[in-house]
Amino acid sequence: MSLGDQSRIPEILKKYETDLLQDWLSEQLSTGSRKNLSKETELREECREFLELLRKAVQGSNLTNIQAPEWRDVREMLSSISRARSLKGFTPTETATFVFSFKQPLFTRLRQELSQNPTALAEEIWIGTALLDQLGLWTTESYQKARDEVIMRQQEELLELSTPVVKLWDGILALPIIGTLDSGRTQVMMESLLQKIVETGSDIAIIDITGVPTVDTLTAQHLLKTVTAARLMGAECIISGIRPQIAQTIVYLGVDLADVTTKGTLADAFALALKRTGFTISRPQT
Amino acid sequence: MESIPILQMGEFLLVTIQVDMHDRLAMKLQDDLTNRISQTNARGVLIDISSLDIVDSFIGRILGNIAKMSRVLDAQTVVVGMQPAVAITLVELGLSLEGIRTALNVEKGMALLRASLETAPRGSANGYASG
Amino acid sequence: MDMLQAETMSIQSSADVVLVRQSVRQFAVKQGFSLVDQTKIVTAASELARNTLDYGGGGTVKLEALQDGIRQGLRLTFEDEGPGIPDIELALKDGYTTGSGLGMGLSGTKRLVNEFNIVSHVGKGTCVTITKWK
Repeated sequence: MSLGDQSRIPEILKKYETDLLQDWLSEQLSTGSRKNLSKETELREECREFLELLRKAVQGSNLTNIQAPEWRDVREMLSSISRARSLKGFTPTETATFVFSFKQPLFTRLRQELSQNPTALAEEIWIGTALLDQLGLWTTESYQKARDEVIMRQQEELLELSTPVVKLWDGILALPIIGTLDSGRTQVMMESLLQKIVETGSDIAIIDITGVPTVDTLTAQHLLKTVTAARLMGAECIISGIRPQIAQTIVYLGVDLADVTTKGTLADAFALALKRTGFTISRPQT
Repeated sequence: MESIPILQMGEFLLVTIQVDMHDRLAMKLQDDLTNRISQTNARGVLIDISSLDIVDSFIGRILGNIAKMSRVLDAQTVVVGMQPAVAITLVELGLSLEGIRTALNVEKGMALLRASLETAPRGSANGYASG
Repeated sequence: MDMLQAETMSIQSSADVVLVRQSVRQFAVKQGFSLVDQTKIVTAASELARNTLDYGGGGTVKLEALQDGIRQGLRLTFEDEGPGIPDIELALKDGYTTGSGLGMGLSGTKRLVNEFNIVSHVGKGTCVTITKWK
């Protein structure tokens, strides 16, 4: 049962605005550990803004569902704070404490106002706690999302560093791949290989998968599509370094490599590429 | 009426497609090209699509038609400059552009034409499969 | 799901097909699609616009920029009041052609997008909806 319509919380937020802000601020600053990470003025501004948005949101008498549209501004503000704190090095707890530390000041005021009515007080405290819990959890999720984004970005950068396209000779490129290939990574690599082919005007690209332990159907298909795309553009691909296990997987998966030139080693592939591009290697007589 | 310019470079013709072609323009190109091949006795046609950021089945058909018509007139066609994104999309779309040879750029395209003209003197049928 | 922007265009001539391609490109660029994804959606639009023109006797396309949570998408709806497709399953089969050599391009087009929906009734018309998510 919800006291949504008759909750005293909206009124209390308005009546005790300044006091609540002050108490809340002291509450956070008193835990002391991260004083140097969040300057007091900055924190005061964040608290003030949150209170203002909170007051607006509770006007709609929905104190139970923070996913509703009237809570959007509050959610966005909390997301933004969480994100900033995650990047600054706050722990998840320290970030969520921003919201949870508001309970004490709020409940103190509730107790003041409802000292004569214990039932109502109990219900209001329940509403308040449920609401702030939701908001606190929201900050934790936003924090997590921000962390995930950093990790993803780092993965991308690592990816770019780990699969360079190398020019072996005039008109011959090599892409030595190390590690497990997943569908996404393969797509990215293939697009950049094709781009490099155009940029360097290379006739042959050797894709070496000696360092790849396994491939799945999707990856094998991406490799095939890359070879086909390169051919469409006017270049050829040679796949080298296929391990026995991968050869078995490819056959078992029914992927048809009939049209693709493959070589056991990168060296063999390079020798073939040289021949195809019209080069011969000779050793001078001594 | 607008048309796509056809440049003569020795015994080859070079067509650079830069605009988004609508039907009439494509038809006119086919017409103009076949006429020019006859007039100049061209042995090869280079179609530069490096400015095309889209190749759909319509364009694919046009390129295929041009290749076929040229072959009948004893000229070979090479399509050059396909963008990577276009190539990837064509593979996904399932368009194989069979019977059309490709090269990375005009220079390589000409080298390809010259090489195949050496091995296939005038008057012989030149069949090949691509892709 | 929110709709951020929408536009309806008429497809009555091959010049219109060119305009459709340009508009779809603009939408895709604005939503930040990668170059390859842009190429795929614009190519798909070109195929379907041509079908609307060649087989449907002309029609319309509605372009919608969508936002579903954090992901962004582009939805295109092609409609015509043409003869309709008698056997949709057949038309969607790989390699199906209607004699012109490259067919209606439906199965290929389907592979270029994330969602593909087609409704067609003989004598009434056809409606194809495709969606690509970023």
